[in-house]
Amino acid sequence: MKQRFLAGVILLAAALMSAAAVPSAIAIKDARVVTVSGADLPKATVLLRDGLIQDVGPNLAIPADAWVIDGAGLTVYPGFIDALSTWGIPGAAATPARTAAGVAPTPTPTPAPATPGPAPSTPEETPRHGPEDRPQNHSFERAADMVTPDDQRLAAARAAGFTTAATFPNQGIFEGLGAMIDLAGERGRDMVVAQPVGQQILFRMSGFGRSGFPNSLMGNIAYVRQFFLDLDQYKAAQQIYGSHAAGNRRPEYDHDLEGLAESPRLLLPADEEQQIDRILGFGRELNRPFVLYGLHEAYKRVDELKQAKAPALISLKWPEKPKDADPSEIPDYRELSMRQQAPAVPGMLAKAGVAFAFYSDGVDTAPDLKKALKKAVDAGLSRADAIRALTLSAAQIYGVSDRLGSIEKGKIANLAIMRGDAFEDKTTVEYVFVDGTEFEPSKELQKAPANKDGGSKPNPAEGEAN
Amino acid sequence: MRRGISICCFVAAAAASACAQTTLIRNATVLTVTKGTIENGSVLIENGKIAAIGKNVSAPADATIVDATGKYLMPGIIDCHSHTAIEGGVNEGTVSDSSMVNIKDVIDPTDINIYRGLAGGLTISNVLHGSANAIGGQTVVVKLRWGKSAQEMLMAGAKPGIKFALGENPKRQGYPGTFFSAAPVERRYPGTRMGVEEVIRDSFTEAKNYQAEWKAYNDREIRGEHPIPPRRDLRLEPLVEVLEGQRYVHVHCYRADEILMLLRVADEMGFKIRTLQHVLEGYKVAKEIAEHGAGASTFSDWWSYKIEAYDATPYNVAIMMRHGVVVSVNSDSDELQRHLNLEAAKSMRYGDLTEDEALALVTINPAKQLGIDDQVGSIEVGKSADLVLFDQHPLSNYSKALKVWIDGHEYFDRDRDLENRPKFEQRKKELLDKENAKPGKGGEKVGSWSH
Repeated sequence: MKQRFLAGVILLAAALMSAAAVPSAIAIKDARVVTVSGADLPKATVLLRDGLIQDVGPNLAIPADAWVIDGAGLTVYPGFIDALSTWGIPGAAATPARTAAGVAPTPTPTPAPATPGPAPSTPEETPRHGPEDRPQNHSFERAADMVTPDDQRLAAARAAGFTTAATFPNQGIFEGLGAMIDLAGERGRDMVVAQPVGQQILFRMSGFGRSGFPNSLMGNIAYVRQFFLDLDQYKAAQQIYGSHAAGNRRPEYDHDLEGLAESPRLLLPADEEQQIDRILGFGRELNRPFVLYGLHEAYKRVDELKQAKAPALISLKWPEKPKDADPSEIPDYRELSMRQQAPAVPGMLAKAGVAFAFYSDGVDTAPDLKKALKKAVDAGLSRADAIRALTLSAAQIYGVSDRLGSIEKGKIANLAIMRGDAFEDKTTVEYVFVDGTEFEPSKELQKAPANKDGGSKPNPAEGEAN
Repeated sequence: MRRGISICCFVAAAAASACAQTTLIRNATVLTVTKGTIENGSVLIENGKIAAIGKNVSAPADATIVDATGKYLMPGIIDCHSHTAIEGGVNEGTVSDSSMVNIKDVIDPTDINIYRGLAGGLTISNVLHGSANAIGGQTVVVKLRWGKSAQEMLMAGAKPGIKFALGENPKRQGYPGTFFSAAPVERRYPGTRMGVEEVIRDSFTEAKNYQAEWKAYNDREIRGEHPIPPRRDLRLEPLVEVLEGQRYVHVHCYRADEILMLLRVADEMGFKIRTLQHVLEGYKVAKEIAEHGAGASTFSDWWSYKIEAYDATPYNVAIMMRHGVVVSVNSDSDELQRHLNLEAAKSMRYGDLTEDEALALVTINPAKQLGIDDQVGSIEVGKSADLVLFDQHPLSNYSKALKVWIDGHEYFDRDRDLENRPKFEQRKKELLDKENAKPGKGGEKVGSWSH
């Protein structure tokens, strides 16, 4: 009895301590609020409690227990969502859109992981020979089991206003089951908002570092096609066996197909015009919900995307003149056009009414993310559409707009609070809320690196309020 | 990087959009290939088809008139062996039977070699998987409708095919750093010519079992039972189609002994070889090839690039033809495909072919081999208006293709191409200047975005 009492006291103390650390309510008062789902509110209060948005509106009564942030001069946005990411999985690096879609990579040494940290927990690929061995298949692996708050890219992402990411394991052809995660948490499991949110498919070409089937684009396509035929047969067999077991051989349990069966949608790579045509056809053939990603040359396929009603995830790694470009090598017309026109794709898709969102595609630092988004705005995307793509559209594409993507009563308290408009040069991210927890991103992280070729280096820690 | 697109594409894209009307090509030397040559002849194109041919053809008032005085009109050139416009690898070389892969899935309509082929009078290509495997991938016949999508390039009514390969290529796969794979690939079976034969026999045996498995399933269904359907197998399905005569077999081969081996295996398994490709020793077994009913698609004078390709002769075409084999001359190359007319001409020097026989090597004969001779391959009323206008006789070294039509659409025009080049150079220069323009001063301030 005495022991139990003692335990009770300790628990109570712990509860009091955490209550002291995190105020039970937070009010961002008199700020400009971009709700995305509704009209912008020029002067309103956003009230957060228990990790959720308790209320939003002008003239809200501020509860006595609330910690108040003076919102004068601040704009509150829903936290930005990276619509296809490896954030949260240390060591997983994005495969550039062009490579993912089937252009053989130029032989470069394996890039060092963006941040130091444990490698993904997958065992080494065992040598496999033919398609029947299901090589390059990770269909059953879960990003939700891999994510950790220790990934150092998370602080950089928060410094750009990102609070959320649809993150995928990025290995093999069938990448595994993605998870919608918040970009902070005590443990990996705290970060998971929804899972599985999709299965990413990536075309792996050429033999660098690996051999075995498939190593051509057509081999990849045939392999994916066979997998889905197998899934159809698997389901049919289970159904028939379920009602007519007698006289039929028992269908085998298949781990690979179980993973695929769980995927609510497929993410298919398509960067160039002919790839978009190909993948729209392939997606229709697979007869499952699908989302395209890449889309740098989609300025040539706007109508087709509109007709197909397939959502698009646009890579923020815009095609650019390489830093070490050989001056004697003149790029061809198509390449030059793509470098000029790719950032116009989001604006064109917005005008056409195609559902789209952005994804980081290896752009991992706050200044780079900011710069990449600004490019789309400068190329004709309206600011409102840019914000929508970064928030509500991404949530809708993944079917999580009931909890994420806008500033609405009851949704998860993921916010990006900026001094200035999101797409202005001088704007800074002042506060970021993830699941109601407040972060003050360091200004250092938001500055363009003095060293021009400084990419994603370990960054100074952000100052955190609590 | 595989990009090879150039400014020329816009010329043709513009041409393709301004087309599809009635056209009269007047006063040309019309080389019909199958029905002789008409001096000062005219050809009327309506609705994409050849509507009339003759010395006196009248055209409707709204027809576009092409004055072809002194010029030569021939059927669009057909290449029975091409690897043009394949994206992401010509070979799936990791397995000895890769029949599950399909060239149709990876046609790249933006490949500049399509346009360059057009500029040489080429209108149709049989696009094949490479020769890394005993049984390679599924093949597809495309019309070079430059500016259109991959789907729109597929030729309607052309039966799909599959590529097989015999000899050195399929048996040497898997050695570190081979010609076909820059990266080390695990060695794989087969390593001998005997093994190649065994792979083909083994795969067809599997295909027959697969066919039987589905038949048994269908029978049980018909009896009202509740059987579990077999797994669909994308590797075996095309082979079943071969057994059922629904898919043509195009076989890369060189040596006479292997050709005979293959014909035996085909007879044993109960399928037909549609064409033997390369077939440099075909002259040794021309009688047997003719008896099987296979066509032969060879090179005019290209050999000695590997051991099995030495015992060759430029008379190969003529010898096989005189034994009753339908023979074509192919390119196997982005470069050769631009002057197949000249490749055909060589067999007049080596084998005394007539002009029509030589032209047939790149027109009606490949059309027959691909089973599309009812649509294309000669200038006949009712056939598709796939036509090439040359400034001189196309069997002359000095000839140049001036205009190319596919289904009555003009896809290439030499004058317009030349005229537009400076404009596109200018456009490209503008893009380059824009890219190389120095960013404005003050763009690099700390804390702001340079743009």
